[in-house]
Amino acid sequence: MNNKPIIQTKHLCKIYKTDVVETIALSDVSFQINRGEFVAIMGPSGSGKSTLMHILGALDLPTSGEYLLDGEIVNKLKDEELADIRNKKIGFVFQAYNLLPRTTAMKNVMLPMRYAGVVYEERQEKARKFLELVGLGDRLEHTSNQLSGGQQQRVAIARALVMNPTILLADEPTGNIASVQAEEVMSLFQKLNEEGHTVVMITHEQDIAAHAKRIIHVKDGTIIGDDINHKQKKVIASKK
Amino acid sequence: MDLFELFIESLGTLTLNKTRTGLAILGIVIGIGSVIALVSLGQASQQAIESRIESLGSNLLTIQPGSIRQGGVVGAAGGRTSLSLDDAKAIASSPQITTIDKVSPEFSRRAQVTTGGSNTNTQIIGVTVVYSEVHKVNMSSGSFISQRDVDIMNKVAVVGPQVVSDLYGDGANPIGQNIRIEGQTLRIIGITEAKGGTGFQNQDDVIYVPLTTAQKQLFGVNYLGSIALEAKSAEVMSNAQNEVGYFLLNRHKLTDPTQADFSIFSQQDILNTVTSTTGTFTTLLAGIAAISLLVGGIGIMNIMLVTVTERTREIGLRKALGAKKKIITTQFLLESIILTFTGGIVGVGLGVFASYVISRLTSSPFVVSLSSILLAFMVSAGIGIVFGWYPAQKAAGLQPIEALRYE
Repeated sequence: MNNKPIIQTKHLCKIYKTDVVETIALSDVSFQINRGEFVAIMGPSGSGKSTLMHILGALDLPTSGEYLLDGEIVNKLKDEELADIRNKKIGFVFQAYNLLPRTTAMKNVMLPMRYAGVVYEERQEKARKFLELVGLGDRLEHTSNQLSGGQQQRVAIARALVMNPTILLADEPTGNIASVQAEEVMSLFQKLNEEGHTVVMITHEQDIAAHAKRIIHVKDGTIIGDDINHKQKKVIASKK
Repeated sequence: MDLFELFIESLGTLTLNKTRTGLAILGIVIGIGSVIALVSLGQASQQAIESRIESLGSNLLTIQPGSIRQGGVVGAAGGRTSLSLDDAKAIASSPQITTIDKVSPEFSRRAQVTTGGSNTNTQIIGVTVVYSEVHKVNMSSGSFISQRDVDIMNKVAVVGPQVVSDLYGDGANPIGQNIRIEGQTLRIIGITEAKGGTGFQNQDDVIYVPLTTAQKQLFGVNYLGSIALEAKSAEVMSNAQNEVGYFLLNRHKLTDPTQADFSIFSQQDILNTVTSTTGTFTTLLAGIAAISLLVGGIGIMNIMLVTVTERTREIGLRKALGAKKKIITTQFLLESIILTFTGGIVGVGLGVFASYVISRLTSSPFVVSLSSILLAFMVSAGIGIVFGWYPAQKAAGLQPIEALRYE
């Protein structure tokens, strides 16, 4: 396996300022993630793991420090370039799915390709392919509100994958769905990881984190543990 | 991403909430429709008044007794006694005056008119034979006042069609019948043609009598109400005004023109006054309508702001998926442009239709000026762009994570 770092952070700091309080969300976070890894970032709420994830997803910028994604210094990029990074290099899966309301699964998955300027026919073809990959081949024209939580999250995963991103980031991907469906989502992540995708996932559930190959523990804005998960919980075999 | 696709998407978004979209459009429709309808109403009435004044003759001068300021309002003519029939005769016969064709001395006053069982209050105008030529009075039956009638102070009258219908009922032919004015009995010898019209002075609601009869027999005065002059052509109007002015100053033994006990004004002066009055009226109407257009525009801005706030999370998501600022701005701008343009087109249609209905109801000319359509449309497009741009800009400028976290 290629061990070139795909994500590299150097002394990341994030400080939120309001008129009265200054909150340190991240202080001096440095780590790297290699291509092909499946990493879970764990920590209690308020530990700064979400902030870290947003910076990794180029949705937010660090106050200081450096973030390199695939060799590019993300925190130095302009607004337009950041939009391109988010579009092409990052596939983001949100806890709350964040699908466009009253819009079909197909259209939701086609959206990032629209922003990339992909022609319509190719968009349709790819969207169908990825929806079939996540097991929703029979739900193409269903709108978001006609799908269950687990199905919506799988549409969101198809959307995250459709641009063939460098990394797949998932922010509490199973936080809003039932545990059976959570297992399905995790098996999907494992399958994608087996196929060579780099997956970084946030969770506060030990059980979910157990599916990853490596677990980073975050507390009070710093990394307190970074271990290889020798007892990776495999669910692929149990998949029907 | 091409504009067409964004346009389709914006249309889709707008049809999701039909009530709100409809109400936003309605504001613009009413705004633009009322601007067009009210402006055309103003212009139609202006045209109607102007054409009526112009039909009276473009080379008409009027001498009024008493002095007035230029462009001012004529005072109560009956209260001034400085013009006499001799003045009129002198103007007509003077070799010094070369620019005047016809001189019509006149005296008019309102009076009660009775006949048999009915009565009416109308304008009595004492005239000479020249009056019908200067003021273009045509007869529908009978004859007008003759020179002989004036010479012998004949007790005859020519009535307007309105008077006929007031006294005898529609379609009656009262020639030969008697009417009583100020205790005197006059015989009707003619009926004038209907000129139509409402306005300031209804020319159908008058009774013409010989000037001398009006002065001596009816009202007991020896002065004139006014003298109407017809210049030889429209080009010599200002010459004529000067000639007659100095001639009368001499006759009245006055040297200083500012002391003149009469004033002369032309049809053009009246036209200018009326035009500026109706112009003000039109502006006023347009102003009121413009306020409703502005309110409609603010309605659109309000809806766009609500839409942007409501869809902040969606904007955050779109940015997270790689939408550039420009695309977000364009998307929201397109939505508000669609709103205002739809409203604009429907509003223009409604305004033109309303103008047509008004013109039919009031039998005034149907005037829709292209400029009012263009102005209203441009204002609405401007509203759409300006009022849509601000919320769109606001939405596109957010950090994706701030927008996504928005509650």
